[in-house]
Amino acid sequence: MSPQDREIAVAIIRSFDARPEMLIQLLHGFVDKFGFVSNDAVRLIADELNVSRADVHGVVSYYHDFRTEIPGRHVVKICQAEACQAMGSRKLTEHAEQRLGVELHQDSEAISLEPVYCLGNCACAPAVMIDGKTWGRVTSDRFDALIASEMDA
Amino acid sequence: MTVRVYVPRETTAASVGAEAVALEIARVAKRRGDIVRLVRNGSWGASWLEPMVEVEFDDQRIAYGNVDVEDVDSLFDAGFLAGGEHQKRLGPTAEIPYLRNQDRWTFFRCGLAESLSLEDFRSRGGFAGIEAAFAAGSDEVVDRVTESGLRGRGGAGFPTGIKWRTVAKTEASQKYVACNADEGDSGTFSDRMLMEGDPFGLIEGMLIAGFAVGASKGYIYLRSEYPMTQRILDKAIAMARDAGWLGNNIRESGFDFEIDVHLGAGSYVCGEETAMLESLEGKRGIVRSKPPLPAISGLFGAPTVVNNVVTLASVANILRLGPDRYAGLGVGRSLGTLAFQLSGNVKRGGLVEKAFGLTLRQLIDDFGGGTATGRPVAAVQVGGPLGAYLSEAQLDTPLDYEAFADIGALIGHGGIVVFDDSVDMAEQAQFAMEFCAIESCGKCTPCRIGSQRGSELISKIRSGENGADHEALLLELCDTMEHASLCAMGGMTPYPVRSALQHFPQHFRPRAEGKT
Repeated sequence: MSPQDREIAVAIIRSFDARPEMLIQLLHGFVDKFGFVSNDAVRLIADELNVSRADVHGVVSYYHDFRTEIPGRHVVKICQAEACQAMGSRKLTEHAEQRLGVELHQDSEAISLEPVYCLGNCACAPAVMIDGKTWGRVTSDRFDALIASEMDA
Repeated sequence: MTVRVYVPRETTAASVGAEAVALEIARVAKRRGDIVRLVRNGSWGASWLEPMVEVEFDDQRIAYGNVDVEDVDSLFDAGFLAGGEHQKRLGPTAEIPYLRNQDRWTFFRCGLAESLSLEDFRSRGGFAGIEAAFAAGSDEVVDRVTESGLRGRGGAGFPTGIKWRTVAKTEASQKYVACNADEGDSGTFSDRMLMEGDPFGLIEGMLIAGFAVGASKGYIYLRSEYPMTQRILDKAIAMARDAGWLGNNIRESGFDFEIDVHLGAGSYVCGEETAMLESLEGKRGIVRSKPPLPAISGLFGAPTVVNNVVTLASVANILRLGPDRYAGLGVGRSLGTLAFQLSGNVKRGGLVEKAFGLTLRQLIDDFGGGTATGRPVAAVQVGGPLGAYLSEAQLDTPLDYEAFADIGALIGHGGIVVFDDSVDMAEQAQFAMEFCAIESCGKCTPCRIGSQRGSELISKIRSGENGADHEALLLELCDTMEHASLCAMGGMTPYPVRSALQHFPQHFRPRAEGKT
């Protein structure tokens, strides 16, 4: 972790008053800022909160949201749950894997392709999330169009 | 004259282009010199019509459905600001059958009101519930909620009044209200729609709960998959605080209450109340043993009311309009309304708030209009990923907690996911086990390991490897999971598996001899 990043990281932790019960909230801060939670970050958070590294690691590894590796420049999530399955999410996922050249759960430099279990957009299935924005009624063609427009932006 | 044009600021509407439509309306109006005030409401819940734009004049609202950015110019040309004819015109919003035929109790402001306007909220009955509560006193509030027959809308259906009474009677210097907004079930979005469309309605419900039980602090545990909801809630809470509806000595009542929003982090099991409390404390979302009940020892060991979003938001009207009015809706011990959510392979998906008692078929046919693909309905999953798959023959079951329990199913949070006859139910059953394996918190062995073995067994059955033996073993495994898991994750994953096996046995045979 560079000195600048360290300064930012400490600021994130202290913005939650370094309270252990805010661990999940401040880890979100790390993911928002750095895209992932590094080993250095785990060490720093443990020191600042005065808890063990195992405690922090336990929480990081429990929750899907907390990546421990650098993500691609864009994060694409495709809903894999029942309502989207009923509207062809399995096929859409195959299409996305081909179109993006990465498999589900994998990262390239440009893209991380992740499963998500429900975006709450079930009435307009299938749904995807691209860099934090949710899209509905996503056919293969619409997926390609969204990828083109959202990734340029 | 300024014309009010409504464009929902809501996740589903935005997911099909509402934000771009709103921008385009503003741009075209400016270019043409029309004076328009864009009102950002919530969604009415007719998701199949989104983006649905409304124009208000002469005290009525005219709706235009499925509006695309490309339609905006032609809408202005057609004089839509005066309700002009256009191929996307639906007519008066109040006369759309999908909306007109609902029993809106909890969602009555959703779509109607500007989501982030305290003035609009107030003018439509907002905060009248908490004012009634202040006037009645906390004991009386608990009595009225009990009389209304309201049961928890998160899925378990526990009587809300009894839960509140327990917290109210437990002595403690600090108590909490924890709102469960971790709406993880596939096919459900009513919590989200309410928080986005009527955020002050949830705040009011939490105030009433806090006042009734003597809690001064509330948390909303919101799933991280809902970023737009988070922005709207944060804004609403700040506005309520500025207006003196949160903080110390609220409206000179002597009652103090604060609300914080905490984000989940993608764990399904954190929707279970005790796992949610662990997560609110900043820990891994591991399910706790009960007892003690959260009502006695919950968040940070303090007495805690844990209620779902829709439950809390239903309470204000119970106090404003009276518990009898609410209890007058519904059937048997399922009183009041439930916000059903139609999704999956259905023509007219969306939110339908109805009194309990109508049948699943009425909901799917009359509101939903059948499948989106036009093929026959084959299976319907009710109540999320832990709910049973129902066959076509079971669709005449009335929607009521007890009637569903009688057929080994659950209503849960009211999510209804429709599948047409192209579905492979063995694949769905296997998914139920896989999902449990991914999301299990790991505390109970039958859930953590049983789900893994269950998925393997179904895979073997599907490939025709000792089908009958493996099927018997699978049913035995389902029994073990059901009876030896602490929470519904392991305890109810058998529901979709067994029901799929029971109603669709042909799907579990290898393709050559069974399903084509």
